[in-house]
Amino acid sequence: MTYTPQLRELMKKVEETRPSRVGVHFPRMSQEERQDVLQKFHPDYIEDGFRELKVGVNKGSRLPNEMADVFESYSPLRDVELDLTADPDYDVDVLIIGGGGAGASAALDAHAAGAKVMIATKLRFGDANTMMAQGGIQAADKENDSPAIHYLDVMGGGRLENVPELARALVMDAPLVIKWLEDMGTMFDKKEDGTMITNHGGGTSRKRMHAARDYTGAEIMRTLRDEVYNQGINVVEFAAAVEVLLDENGRAAGAVLYNLETEEYLIARAKTVIIATGGSGRLHYRGFPTSNHYGATADGLIMGYRAGAKTIYADSIQYHPTGGAYPPQLLGLLVTEKTRGLGATPLNIKGEQFVYHLETRDVESSAIIRECEERGMGVPLPTGITAVWLDSPILELTHGEGTIERQLPAMLRQFQRFGVDIRKEPMLIYPTLHYQNGGLLIDGNGHSAVENLYVAGEAAGGIHGTNRLMGNSLLDIIVFGRRAGRDAAAKSKDMPGPEKLTLEHVKAYHRELEEAGAAGSRVGPILLPHYTHR
Amino acid sequence: MTEEIKMVDIFLMGKRYTVPETLTILDAMEYAGYQLTRGCGCRAGFCGACATVFRMANDYELQVGLACQTKVEDGMYLAQIPFFPGRKASFNLEDIQPSVAHFAQLYPEVYRCLGCSSCNKVCPQDIDVMQYIAYCQRGDFAKAADISFDCVMCGLCVSRCPANIVHYNAALTARRLYSRYIAKPDPFLSERARAIKDGEMDAEIDALVTADNEKLQELYNEREIEK
Ligand SMILES: Cc1cc2nc3c(=O)[nH]c(=O)nc-3n(C[C@H](O)[C@H](O)[C@H](O)COP(=O)(O)OP(=O)(O)OC[C@H]3O[C@@H](n4cnc5c(N)ncnc54)[C@H](O)[C@@H]3O)c2cc1C
Ligand code: SF4
Ligand code: SF4
Ligand code: FES
Repeated sequence: MTYTPQLRELMKKVEETRPSRVGVHFPRMSQEERQDVLQKFHPDYIEDGFRELKVGVNKGSRLPNEMADVFESYSPLRDVELDLTADPDYDVDVLIIGGGGAGASAALDAHAAGAKVMIATKLRFGDANTMMAQGGIQAADKENDSPAIHYLDVMGGGRLENVPELARALVMDAPLVIKWLEDMGTMFDKKEDGTMITNHGGGTSRKRMHAARDYTGAEIMRTLRDEVYNQGINVVEFAAAVEVLLDENGRAAGAVLYNLETEEYLIARAKTVIIATGGSGRLHYRGFPTSNHYGATADGLIMGYRAGAKTIYADSIQYHPTGGAYPPQLLGLLVTEKTRGLGATPLNIKGEQFVYHLETRDVESSAIIRECEERGMGVPLPTGITAVWLDSPILELTHGEGTIERQLPAMLRQFQRFGVDIRKEPMLIYPTLHYQNGGLLIDGNGHSAVENLYVAGEAAGGIHGTNRLMGNSLLDIIVFGRRAGRDAAAKSKDMPGPEKLTLEHVKAYHRELEEAGAAGSRVGPILLPHYTHR
Repeated sequence: MTEEIKMVDIFLMGKRYTVPETLTILDAMEYAGYQLTRGCGCRAGFCGACATVFRMANDYELQVGLACQTKVEDGMYLAQIPFFPGRKASFNLEDIQPSVAHFAQLYPEVYRCLGCSSCNKVCPQDIDVMQYIAYCQRGDFAKAADISFDCVMCGLCVSRCPANIVHYNAALTARRLYSRYIAKPDPFLSERARAIKDGEMDAEIDALVTADNEKLQELYNEREIEK
């Protein structure tokens, strides 16, 4: 009995219309309708959500306000005295910042190439978006598929705005990545004879979505993590990087780490640095809830940017149409795409469908926002927000009883924990902030515009253009994690360690901020969000 | 339609706080003024960072759960288990086999299981933990892998085990052994990997990489979609 009496009353409408909706297909939008709803309602198109960046190498480029706030901020080291000439606390060949899938992959390949590697990560190793991915990972490893066909899907999905070299690397490495993971003992869904079970995902022209039940990211993350420990690689947890260190020639040379527990700063010197800090959902653009983990605060973007790395498509954000809206404990939680894939449809307060349930993520999200904001047809919630229904019980009618338990066990469990039985009661959903399409620009080896500084994973940009397809992110973090790890290791081999460590670039950035009057009193990276629930 | 939210009293490390009853334990700690560092990861039940123990007022029984997946209740006495030490055996996957002998070398403690079923009682994922430990003992790694799959490695089972077993690490080793040696390798994957490495797939993709956007868009729009 989690739904209030008022909600139960409204739910009756959904039940009333349900029989008349079974087997009926709601029309898809025309291309013009799609453009229209996107332009009017997608947060990426709402101009007052953005502003022009006043400082740094991409001065003048457009960023969401909340990200611009982080970019236009003072370093936490502004008033901190650090002795950069003292013996560093850590001294390695390859310093990897961030212990998610990208960081772990980079570590394994750099280590295999003979480098001395260290991972510094903000929370526990594996407390990361990678752990949360449910759906799957793409790779063209079937006979009717090829990297070229995959490439076309990636480019078309990304509105042809992808950097071709990066998209090429992504799809060509994909089968190698799956093989690497298979050899490492990752438990993919398979048939008796070992054939990987693969399905479609949004925007795929071949069935190439590999999965590990509905815990694909978790299975990949825990396997990678286990292997990193097996290899004896040094992992320092609760050590957030706050600034990249450069040497006297402007090359990356390490990072300043912040021990979250003792609140001390530590110096890590390194020949090469890989930023693998993930996404930025916890910046809550335009107040949106997020599906991201607690530490997704864009730290790597600002650190890299201050050091001179360029951004690309940093204003392109993916909203997932089906985020949990109620009960409040599930706010922002990702309701897997599979729910709609199976045929659950969004409904308004009258229990009527208002959009085809399998439009692309951006269009579906925009239509839901329109239904609530413009048309006033959303369901008002006791928490003060509005949402729409997602009719999950219809699945038990269309696919037979037991479908939800079989096909959506993680969802069933999560809603049950808070008193909603999605087999009998429809879900309440609203778009949730899900993924950062852009990031710091890299080349095919994960190298940024700054010498010896690499970026891999969700922090990197260019691979997916302005729209990433499901299953290509888990792929990219491993492809570019490994590429960055290998290249950094190779580079470190014939390089002496940095002689001098400096933070002059941070001081210069501060001067620029002051000249532009841009920072106010903000400090960034913010490292962790501050929630009060008031 | 905003309604009066009911408040409840909870006790964090013994101190009383009055919080809205709609909050999870994790949220309630933040409401009380904590900024969490340890004990908070995905906030969605996937990462196992937030294992928590609690007691209800006037109840002798110690209860456990994931702080992000459990709602507060009136009279809850709470403490987090931000870190519970657990041993992980190191191994080279290529040097071991899915055999009882090898497994017993890595995790000898699984043979000390007393069958008390404390692990099952605490598992927030409702896994039959004791059973997968039994499968590990017997070397039935396929079954151990299957039933342990939903483990989020929260460590609650470990915190209660009188035999000092580190269930989640044993299970992970079982799953890796199963996936590496018992499940068959994909029959086509190696061939595709070889073809890529030998450059056999280069020509087809380079034709696309060098094509202009107009051409690409055309190919994209006309591409055949597998049923
Ligand atoms: C709920 C959900 C479902 C998803 N489903 C899919 C899917 O089905 N398929 C798919 O392909 N993709 C999916 N994605 C996207 C994909 O999971 C992520 O984009 C990807 O895992 C990011 O990997 P990463 O290694 O770059 O970052 P993360 O995995 O987020 O790792 C980043 C790490 O860096 C650490 N860190 C952050 N800041 C600092 C700092 N200052 N210092 C040190 N460490 C720091 C973080 O704590 C974290 O451990 C999903 C994402 C979410 C959130
Ligand atoms: S098996 Fe143990 S570690 Fe895994 S989820 Fe259950 S209690 Fe947590
Ligand atoms: S708690 Fe330990 S001893 Fe008891 S059943 Fe579980 S594994 Fe065996
Ligand atoms: S914070 Fe990840 S399971 Fe609770």
